[in-house]
Amino acid sequence: MVTLSHYLFLGGILFAISILGIFLNRKNIILILMAIELMLLAVNINFIAFSHFLGDLSGQIFVFFILTVAAAESAIGLAIIILIFRNYKSINVADVNRLKE
Amino acid sequence: MIFTDYLFYLFSSILVLASLRVITANNPVYSALSLVLAFFSAAGIWLLLHAEFLAIALVLVYVGAVMVLFLFVVMMLDINIEALKQRFWSYFPVALLIALLFIFEIYLVVTDKFFSSLDPVGIPLEKSNTHSIGSVLYTDYLLPFQVAAVILLVAIISAIVLTMHGKKSHKAIDPKDQIKVNRNDRVRVVKMKSEKKK
Repeated sequence: MVTLSHYLFLGGILFAISILGIFLNRKNIILILMAIELMLLAVNINFIAFSHFLGDLSGQIFVFFILTVAAAESAIGLAIIILIFRNYKSINVADVNRLKE
Repeated sequence: MIFTDYLFYLFSSILVLASLRVITANNPVYSALSLVLAFFSAAGIWLLLHAEFLAIALVLVYVGAVMVLFLFVVMMLDINIEALKQRFWSYFPVALLIALLFIFEIYLVVTDKFFSSLDPVGIPLEKSNTHSIGSVLYTDYLLPFQVAAVILLVAIISAIVLTMHGKKSHKAIDPKDQIKVNRNDRVRVVKMKSEKKK
């Protein structure tokens, strides 16, 4: 029988995987953005699981707003990545250091 | 075990494997495609939790829009993958330790009796999921809904403004330049003798 614990544990595993992804791909801005999307997905799974098991629709409404904000965030983030690539010819985090000079 | 339990384990194993592939793939294009697979299986899990509207919204919004945007950007940029992959595994032991610690803590919390013995109450089924979300969203959550719309508008405008080139891409005449024009810029009278027919 699949209980609430299973869903919460799945969300936890997904979140841990995306933490691992941010550590491994620390130089690649696009992969960091993708890992953030995975984190939001993990949180959304938790919200929907609680919404189902507690019989409260507010969790699903919250997921709706998280989806909205995540879409806006990734659109602006990708625009910033394009700007960074145009100015530095690279998307390596270590190369983006012009403010230091 | 009932049928939906098997479905849960199927979807969650696909989800975990796809997300592992996202963070370890050599090419960002493969990462983006694995992320699409992860979103699909997450939508399946949401369907098991009777969140039909959000499952479809996840597929439409994420797979249909956001991941296509990701793929466009990944393919548009000429990325030197070798430079980005240097010392890829050097932080792996620390990261794995943190991730395992996190999973262990989550395990300790969620195996509590409160979570494992909770029976699903479920949303009453006399209305469809979309209907019940709509009836809450447009009444209790009207203001947050409008704020979300404003956020999306700001995102559209800022994405366009950020990526717009300074270069002129259209042929319309700038009125400022048009006013400043004087006669000498346009017409030049050349004095020359008339040529004779030979």
